[in-house]
Parts: sequence; C-alpha cells; structure tokens
Amino acid sequence: MSTLSQDHSLGRMSDNTIDRPGERAPLVLNMDKFSEVTATVCRVNEADKAPFAWYVAFAAALGLLSVLGACIGYLILTGVGVWGLNNPVMWAYDITNFVFWVGIGHAGTLISAILFLFRQKWRTGINRFAEAMTIFAVICAGTFPGIHVGRVWFAYWLFPIPNQMEMWPQFRSPLLWDVFAVSTYFTVSLLFWYTGMVPDLATLRDRAKGKIQQMGYGLFSLGWRGSNRHWHRYERAYLILAALSTPLVLSVHSVVSFDFATSQLPGWHTTIFPPYFVAGAIFSGFAMVVTLAVPARELFGLKDLITLRHLDNMNKVILVTGCMVGYAYSMEFFIAWYSGAMYEKFAFINRAFGQYWWAYWIMVSCNVITPQLFWFKKIRTSIPLMFVLSIFVNVGMWFERFVIIVTSLANDFLPSSWDMFTPTWVDIGTMVGAFGLFFTLFLLFCRYLPMIAMAEVKAVMPQADPHGAGAGKHGHHGHGHAHSHDGHGH
Amino acid sequence: MSRFLFPKWSNLLLPTIIAAALTIPLYAVFFVAYGLSPKTLEVGYQPKQPVPFSHALHAGELGMDCRYCHTSVEKAAHASVPPTQTCMNCHTQIRPQSPKLEPVRESYETGLPVEWTRIHKLPDFAYFDHSAHVNRGIGCVSCHGRIDTMEVVYQKSPLSMGWCLECHRNPEINLRPTSEITNLGFDSATDLTAEDREALKKKYHISPSEDCSTCHR
Ligand code: HEC
Ligand code: HEC
Ligand code: HEC
Ligand code: HEC
Ligand code: HEC
Repeated sequence: MSTLSQDHSLGRMSDNTIDRPGERAPLVLNMDKFSEVTATVCRVNEADKAPFAWYVAFAAALGLLSVLGACIGYLILTGVGVWGLNNPVMWAYDITNFVFWVGIGHAGTLISAILFLFRQKWRTGINRFAEAMTIFAVICAGTFPGIHVGRVWFAYWLFPIPNQMEMWPQFRSPLLWDVFAVSTYFTVSLLFWYTGMVPDLATLRDRAKGKIQQMGYGLFSLGWRGSNRHWHRYERAYLILAALSTPLVLSVHSVVSFDFATSQLPGWHTTIFPPYFVAGAIFSGFAMVVTLAVPARELFGLKDLITLRHLDNMNKVILVTGCMVGYAYSMEFFIAWYSGAMYEKFAFINRAFGQYWWAYWIMVSCNVITPQLFWFKKIRTSIPLMFVLSIFVNVGMWFERFVIIVTSLANDFLPSSWDMFTPTWVDIGTMVGAFGLFFTLFLLFCRYLPMIAMAEVKAVMPQADPHGAGAGKHGHHGHGHAHSHDGHGH
Repeated sequence: MSRFLFPKWSNLLLPTIIAAALTIPLYAVFFVAYGLSPKTLEVGYQPKQPVPFSHALHAGELGMDCRYCHTSVEKAAHASVPPTQTCMNCHTQIRPQSPKLEPVRESYETGLPVEWTRIHKLPDFAYFDHSAHVNRGIGCVSCHGRIDTMEVVYQKSPLSMGWCLECHRNPEINLRPTSEITNLGFDSATDLTAEDREALKKKYHISPSEDCSTCHR
C-alpha cells in the first residue's frame, strides 16, 4: 500500500510521502478547490446517516461506558475495598489509568501548539481531532483521581476551598500541583480547541439545512461572519493560546511525574522522571492519534486530507520518542547500578526479574522494540502495520505506568511488608470502561463536529498562496476568502 | 430552507452567560465554604427536652455549681448529665408534686433514666476531652456560652474543626484561673489584663497542639 498503487491508475494520487527536491510535497490530495475541502469534511456531519460501522462502534462504546458507570457506582456504594489495593500497594490501576490517559493527551497539544509555532504545515490535517482526543483523554484521566479518594462526595477537597475545618490541601505536595496542572491543562486545551473550531462551526452553520443544526452550530459559532476583523482577532487569540499551551506540553506530565519522583520510594525517586514522562506521553499520544486516524480516515473518506504523509510523519515522531523512552529505561538501570544504592539496585532488578517480570517485558517489547520497526519506510507507510504497532505502543505505555507504580510499591524497603497486587474485576472493568467513555465522546465528536480544521487546511494548499500556482484561479488570499466562499456558495 | 437568524434579544444572552460563568464558581465556593459546613447547620440547635429543666433557674438564680450535676467534667472526657438521683436530692422536698417533674419521679420509681436529648455532639472520629480543658483554665463559658441564662440549653459554638483550631492557635484570650472555671459571669477578656493571662499561660504550661493526632486518634 505504500507505493503509488491502485488509485494511481485512475489518475488519483494516494502517496505523497516522496520528497522531490525543489518541490513541496502536497498535503491535500486530489483537490484544487477550497470548496472540495469543505464538502469532504462537512459530508461527515451532514449525512443523514452515519456509516454503519459508526453505529456498531458507538454501540460498543456505550456498552463499555455503562460498564464504567456500573463499576464506579459499585465502588461508590461499597468503598475502594472493591479494588485489589492492599497495604503496600495503595495505588495501582487507578493511578496507572490516570497517568496513561493524561499522557495520551499530550500529542494533541504538541500537534496543535508546538507544531503550530514551528510552522509545521502538516499539523493542519490532524490537529482538530488530536485536540479532541486530548480533551477526551483528560476527561478520562480526571475521573480516576476523583474516584480513588474513597469518599467521592468529598472530592472537592482536592481544591483549596475555604471550609469549616480550616483545612487546606498540602501546598508542598505534588498531588496538589497535579490538580492545578491537570485542570489548567483541561481549561486551556478546551479553549484552544473551541477557538480553533469557531470558523468551521460557522461553515457548518451556513450550510446547515435543519433548524436544529442551524441553531446549534449558530449558537457555538458566536456570530462568526468571517470579516477581516474577525480573522484578525481570531489569529491573535489562536497564537496566544498556542503560546499558552506550549509550556503545558512539558509541564503537565512533569508535574505528574513529581507525584512519584518527589517521594523516597526506590524506583520512583529518580531525577530522570520529568523528561522521561514527557517523552513517554508524546510517544503514547502519537500512537493513539495513529490508532484513531487510521480507521477514521478510512470510514469517513478523509484519505485525501489525512494523507499517508501525515501518518508517516507521526510514525517518525513515535520512532524518536520511542528511542527516548528506551534510553530512559536503560538509564534508570545504569543509575541504579552506578549510584551504589542497594535499594535502587534491588528495585530495578526486581522490576525485570521479580514477580511482575511479565509486565516489565511486555513494556520493553512494546515500547522499545516496536518503534524501532519504524526505521523502515515500508512499515511507516503501511496502514495495517502502523495500526497494529500503534496499538502495541498503547499497550506498552499502559504497562509502563503499571510497572512503575505497582512494582515499586509492592517491594519497598521492608521485606516484611511486601505484598502482591492482583486486580479485581472492578479494577479491570473500570480500566476497560474508561475506553468506553473515551470512544463515546470521540465518536460523537466525529459525527457532530468538523473533524478536520477546514479553514487551516485550506491555508496550506498551494491555491492559498497569492504568489503560487493557485493564485490566478482564486484571486484572494488565504482562508479568509475560503470561508466566505464556502458560506455563500451553497 | 432559509438561514436561521437569532432574534435580537438573544444578544443579551452573551453577557448573561459570561456573568453566569463568573458567578457560578464563586457561588460554588461560597456554597461549600458556608452551606456545607456543620457550622451553619448546628449553631442554635435547641431540641425539646422531656423535662422543662432550666439552667437559668438552677445554675443562675439558685447559683448551683455546674459540677454539682456535671460531676465528671474535671476528671473525664465527658462532662456527664446527672442521674435522676441528683435531682431527687432536692425534689423529694421541693415541689414534690409539680407536674413538670412527673417524668423525673417516674424515672425515680422505675429506675429507668430520663431520656434527655443530646445537644453537643462531635463526630466519632474527633476526640475531645473536658478535663484537658477545664483543668487548664478554659471555662465552660468559652465553649458553651452563658448556660446560666438559658431556660433551655442550646448549642452556642459551631464545634467545627476550624473553631477548635482557632482557640488552639490563640488560647490566651480564654484563659482564667481554674477557680473561675464554672463562673460564667467571669470574662477573661475584661476581668484579666494581658499580663495576667500571659502569667496564667506560663503557670499552666499551655501550648495546645494542632497536630492531627491530637483530635483524630
Ligand atoms: C441541677 C443540675 C445541673 C446543673 C447545676 C447544671 N446542669 Fe447542665 N445539664 C443538666 C441536665 C439535667 C442537662 C440535660 C438537659 C438539658 O440539656 O437541659 C444539662 C445539660 C447541659 C448541657 C448540654 C448537654 C448536651 O446535651 O449537649 C450543657 C452544655 C450544660 N448542661 C452545661 C452546664 C453548665 C455550664 C452548668 C454550670 C453553669 C450547668 N450545666 C449546670 C443539669 C445541670
Ligand atoms: C439544689 C436543689 C435542686 C436540685 C439538685 C434540683 N433542683 Fe429543680 N428546683 C429547685 C428549686 C429550688 C426549684 C424552684 C422551685 C420553685 O420555683 O418554687 C426547682 C425547680 C425545678 C423545676 C420547675 C418546677 C415547676 O413546677 O416550676 C423543674 C422542672 C426542676 N426543678 C427540675 C429539676 C431536675 C430535672 C433536676 C435534676 C437534674 C433538678 N431540678 C435538680 C432545686 C433543685
Ligand atoms: C473547650 C470547649 C469546652 C469547654 C471548655 C467545655 N465544654 Fe462541654 N462540651 C464541649 C464539646 C465539644 C462537647 C461535645 C462533646 C462530644 O460530643 O464528645 C461538650 C459536651 C458537653 C456536655 C454534654 C455531655 C458530654 O459530656 O458530652 C456537657 C454536659 C458539657 N459539655 C458541660 C460542660 C461543662 C459543665 C463545662 C465547664 C465545666 C464544659 N462543658 C466545658 C466543649 C467544651
Ligand atoms: C477556648 C479554647 C479551646 C477550644 C475552643 C478548644 N480547645 Fe482543646 N485545648 C485548649 C487548651 C488550652 C488545651 C490545653 C493545651 C495544653 O495542654 O497545653 C487544649 C487541649 C486539647 C486536647 C489535648 C488533650 C491532651 O490529652 O493533651 C485535645 C484533644 C483538644 N484540646 C481537643 C479539642 C477539640 C476537639 C476542640 C473542638 C471541639 C477543642 N479542643 C476546642 C483550648 C481549647
Ligand atoms: C483541635 C482538634 C483538631 C485537630 C488538631 C484536627 N482536627 Fe480535624 N476535626 C476536628 C473536629 C472537631 C472535626 C469535626 C467537625 C468538622 O467537621 O469540622 C474534624 C474534622 C476533620 C475532617 C472531616 C472529616 C469528615 O469526614 O467530615 C478532616 C478530614 C479532618 N478533620 C482532618 C484533619 C487534619 C488533616 C488535621 C491535621 C492537620 C486535623 N484534622 C486536626 C478536630 C481537629
């Protein structure tokens, strides 16, 4: 599939991964009018019926979501004893899932903020749904600290709110920094996502046939008319939000890593954690984007907008961050030996050969070996292979958090207090159920919101360049025109 | 179908939404801080008692010492509510026929206690000890108010953790000589000088703890 294959014979292009000197590889294929972009993207939202596969997926996601609801309900009615936690291992699946989901979010922010500031034009094809993924992942992440406190109705104690006990959260504790980091992250990501979507929502509003759609999209497009002034303000706001999000890519997961790194526990108490966690987060996040993008572009006919080149680029990011993660794993071992600290040494040997050896080796094979396959362009551009490999990476990254959290806790300084953690069905149900929440939200997003940032994609087409090839045909510059063109052309 | 236009009045929605977005979190914080705290729910709690026993009469007018009835207040964690026998020390002579004392006589005959309704009640996870306070110069009035003027006892103080801590952080203002513990008319703020209180603090070695384990054992 990686070559200029079947479609080519029909005069359609499907492979844009080849770099020709002196020429920019196209990021939008088989389209030379802005209206085609609009039509392709809006078709998903405007169709009377979603593709059959959407209904199947949605039913499955709702099923898993109800598993999550049932498990959480049972947990609240009974208490955290329904999880397999025990005395040394008082964090296990709950915090593993939390870190896993927060990590997933990071790719969205990296794509939308950092790649934006670095003028990486290929981000436009994937940023919208990567950002959506960020938001839904952070929602999933947020549920876990909320429910693991035991008495859920007191979860608001996480926030510094004045109360009759005159009790405040411990400001010196990274657990509180976590609350701030994640809630800031969620707020900024949501604003960024929504701001970027306003022009596209206006496009949907202008094209909408039904009254409900007109009102719904109308409400959320905030009266956007695509005037020059609107675009000016919009681009300012977008730039500011991108600048605000950029440090978050690094800070959020660093703070999450402090939950562990600032403790004294061997296996947690390491200075490499912040960069290691950030690399891991981006690694897992990009894997998730690939996992989502591959079926989505297939299902909704977006192959010309999310092209092979986009996927190829993402796989390269996975390769790079995968190497960083592998480096971090080996560096942890090196320091454990080099420090001469007996407990450190034990913690790491125990990780690889102790009672959780299988988890460790799943992690290593998925996170270190898998990404190495992406050195080969054949694999980077093969749809089925990258899909499978990206799932491996997701699995591996879940296990990474499990290994860090559980193996370190289970065998601490004092052999007499060692214990083994075994998950209960509620642990497993909650973990699986979180995917239900994630996919429910994601599928609703695909169906009802513009999955691709149309306005931005148009801006990176050669036709948008006033000095370029398309200038003659369209006359006006950029997306400003692109929008009004769509708005009134239908 | 033509394009849907929002009516003009809907322009008002935007400021409304912004105002709501700003005030709702404020409201939530306020609600938690004041609405959900036992403070607001319990102060002034004054249940109806089975016998119209008046502290204003017995402790105020008759001048009985609190410890005559609340015998264990200096020795134990609980102050204890007196048994029927204590009442009958007097009421076999005084107003023996009073209909108001009917439940007390009945209890005396049957041996079953009068079922007083409890007013002050800390949650089980909080540890409180009367003797630790009363013997260190904290009078009843600091926590229970002017019981000797109450016809029917009610809860004067919030008994919240914040309330406990406020005094533990700054106990001087409430200190009095241990001889004045049950003298509710004695006001440490006006009847003693700051030096007096400082001296008492030294004398009784007062340094209340704020460690969680003091009250949560
Ligand atoms: C003649 C006996 C008697 C004397 C003297 C007396 N009390 Fe009481 N006290 C009672 C009885 C009986 C109750 C329970 C009925 C009620 O709450 O009114 C009670 C209840 C109380 C309560 C409320 C207990 C609860 O349920 O939370 C407080 C506080 C209290 N007394 C304080 C005092 C103080 C302070 C004094 C001294 C100024 C004092 N009492 C003197 C008999 C007495
Ligand atoms: C030291 C003696 C003494 C003790 C002990 C005592 N009382 Fe009294 N009590 C009195 C006196 C004196 C009166 C006022 C009688 C009067 O007004 O003529 C009184 C009045 C009352 C009255 C009002 C009676 C009426 O008909 O108006 C009640 C009720 C009462 N007491 C309840 C109690 C209870 C309950 C106890 C036990 C916790 C108690 N007393 C203990 C001396 C005492
Ligand atoms: C430092 C504050 C404080 C002081 C001083 C204090 N109390 Fe209390 N009192 C309390 C609290 C708090 C309770 C509720 C205790 C509980 O629920 O365990 C209480 C409860 C009581 C009760 C109900 C029965 C019991 O023991 O739980 C009585 C009666 C009582 N106090 C009498 C007195 C008397 C009499 C004095 C003075 C000699 C006094 N108290 C001094 C705080 C105080
Ligand atoms: C009006 C002042 C005041 C209030 C109100 C107060 N305390 Fe205290 N508390 C003290 C003082 C003074 C001490 C004695 C400190 C010392 O021993 O140095 C003390 C000591 C204690 C001790 C230590 C006893 C020990 O064994 O060492 C406990 C427990 C305690 N208080 C609990 C409470 C609780 C619970 C509350 C609220 C319901 C409360 N206190 C409200 C003044 C107060
Ligand atoms: C002076 C006594 C005192 C000290 C010291 C104290 N507490 Fe409390 N605490 C209380 C009392 C009384 C309550 C119950 C009243 C309330 O909820 O405000 C309480 C309630 C609480 C509650 C609410 C529990 C619930 O389920 O509603 C928490 C949590 C708590 N304390 C934590 C702490 C922590 C943490 C510390 C140490 C930093 C601490 N307390 C120190 C007296 C104390």
